[in-house]
Amino acid sequence: MAEAVDFVSIGAGDHLEVLEADAAPASDETYQHRHRGFVRQALGLGRTRVGLFLVFVVVAVALVGPYVAPYDPTEFVGSPYSPPGGAARLGTDYLGRDVLSRFLSGGQTILVLGFLGTTLGVCAGTLLGLFAGYSMRMADEFIMRLVDLLLAFPSIVFSLLLITVIGPYDWVIVLVVGLSFMPYTARVVRASTIQVRESDFVKYVEATGTPTRKILVSEILPNISASLTVEFGLRLTQSVGLIAGLAYLGLGVSPPTPDWGLMIQENQIGLTSVPLAVLLPVTAIALITIGANLVTDGLGQAAAGADRSVADT
Amino acid sequence: MIPKLVIRRIGVGLLMLWLVSVLVFASIHVLPGDAAKLLLGHDVTPEALEGLTKELGLDRSVWTQYWDWMGGLLTGNWGDSLVSPISVGELVRMRMANTFLLAMFTMVIVAPLSVTVGIYSATRNGRPIDGGISVLTLCLSSLPGFVIGIVFIYTFSTNVLRIVPAASILDPQRSVFGQLDLLIAPTITAALMMLPYPTRMVRAAMIDVLQSDYVEMARLKGLPERTVVFRHALRNCLAPIVQALGLTLLFLLGGIIVVEAVFSFPGIGLTLVQATNQRDGPVLQTVTVLLAATCVLVNLISDLGVLALTPRMRARL
Repeated sequence: MAEAVDFVSIGAGDHLEVLEADAAPASDETYQHRHRGFVRQALGLGRTRVGLFLVFVVVAVALVGPYVAPYDPTEFVGSPYSPPGGAARLGTDYLGRDVLSRFLSGGQTILVLGFLGTTLGVCAGTLLGLFAGYSMRMADEFIMRLVDLLLAFPSIVFSLLLITVIGPYDWVIVLVVGLSFMPYTARVVRASTIQVRESDFVKYVEATGTPTRKILVSEILPNISASLTVEFGLRLTQSVGLIAGLAYLGLGVSPPTPDWGLMIQENQIGLTSVPLAVLLPVTAIALITIGANLVTDGLGQAAAGADRSVADT
Repeated sequence: MIPKLVIRRIGVGLLMLWLVSVLVFASIHVLPGDAAKLLLGHDVTPEALEGLTKELGLDRSVWTQYWDWMGGLLTGNWGDSLVSPISVGELVRMRMANTFLLAMFTMVIVAPLSVTVGIYSATRNGRPIDGGISVLTLCLSSLPGFVIGIVFIYTFSTNVLRIVPAASILDPQRSVFGQLDLLIAPTITAALMMLPYPTRMVRAAMIDVLQSDYVEMARLKGLPERTVVFRHALRNCLAPIVQALGLTLLFLLGGIIVVEAVFSFPGIGLTLVQATNQRDGPVLQTVTVLLAATCVLVNLISDLGVLALTPRMRARL
């Protein structure tokens, strides 16, 4: 039977993802070896390097941008939709604010909230998955049924609801993002936990009477770190897409705070007059999602190939 | 004789629907600032507020309101929108038809294309063209839906070329089929969004099958590769392909919301977004439950399809 490990990348903003990890349970040494070498191996792949570069560029712009912006992002510097040149280097947006300044200041929220949301979702999902995978009885059944129910429904709808009901506060967005991905992470972590659970060293530790909590933390967790890293990367891509998408729909930060998603929606009407007002944030979002996905794919390939030598494209 | 499995799936689906309805209703009625005040504005007399509250039925207990809503939902009376003059039922029916059309056109493109590209990629596994397709699908799958939409508008509607209308605001007076050109842009955007997932799934399934024993046997028999792929290998991938396409349809239901927003396409997704922005409770509730029902249905059909195609599972029933 073929052992195909296929990490399917997702469309950020939606929740397309299925992890098919059919790798045969390897020996104990292979686990440690996999843990040590796979990051280094990933960095050797072309796609990881390209992805890292893209991510670095966009993150730099988002984090440093607000400090080098020529104007305050809410300041009016000219008439609406003035072409590039003059006071506004790249033109003005639909209200007359400087496009360049708004672009430079608009990335922070998305990236920070995306990172926080991903962390929340991955942590929560890991906890769930660890318990479900390890206990393997009623708790497992119950948790996974719940997870399956959650998975069947488009998460964006509940995101819409929650943000409408409570308000577009930062913590709500982080919560919504985390909750969207938690079921998927739980599933993946559960699958990995079940695999690791069967190894000899876990059985040994169980036989010596170590408490469950210690087993989970010291034995199982380090050995699923490879798939966890891949998970985190996948979810980060999705988070950025989801937050930008929600901002586009008007459910992100409130105006006049600059935000890439909001910027795209605000200036979509003026696409013919000042395309840069839309193109700059679109390009930034595209580059970081593609970059993050490339890095994740590289990590995934390396994690899969740690047990065998894989010639990579 | 309906298998027990099917009955159990239907049961779980109905349970989930009920849970969703409770959750949705609960979250909307926890809305800070009540709906009546929202409609009338801030400086409003207490009598006017009370009058509207009574009219909207908001003064009754939450349980009564929920019961009334559920009862109405099941009998066809879906209530009135708080914002627009049309009843929720009318609004939803119009928009649902539009979304259904958009979804159908999208799947008509995505299903054959993804299966073809997936199979092609699998048969050329390891060669540069496979790697190229993989990287392309990877990049495409990373992009959020609205990014794809905006880039499409920029390229084909406003700046580079001007061959497609930039917004898809259908005229409700005319039949949709007379305005099909407005559907081109959202369909292509949605198709681009949905393509990567089934393509990768088909490719993975096909690669898996191509490494199995019976395919090796067919090859050893000296059969031409085309026969091996299409007659032997494909038959055994059908179940995962159906499952992947079913999931794609499910994702489409979610993704179509953003696509409709980008193009202002009057479908159920746009209705949801507008209701969210306007805090139109009745519409929100009903549309969410409808979407949940559609999801359950799609899930069920996909599961049945997989079951039908996998004789092994049928034997276990």
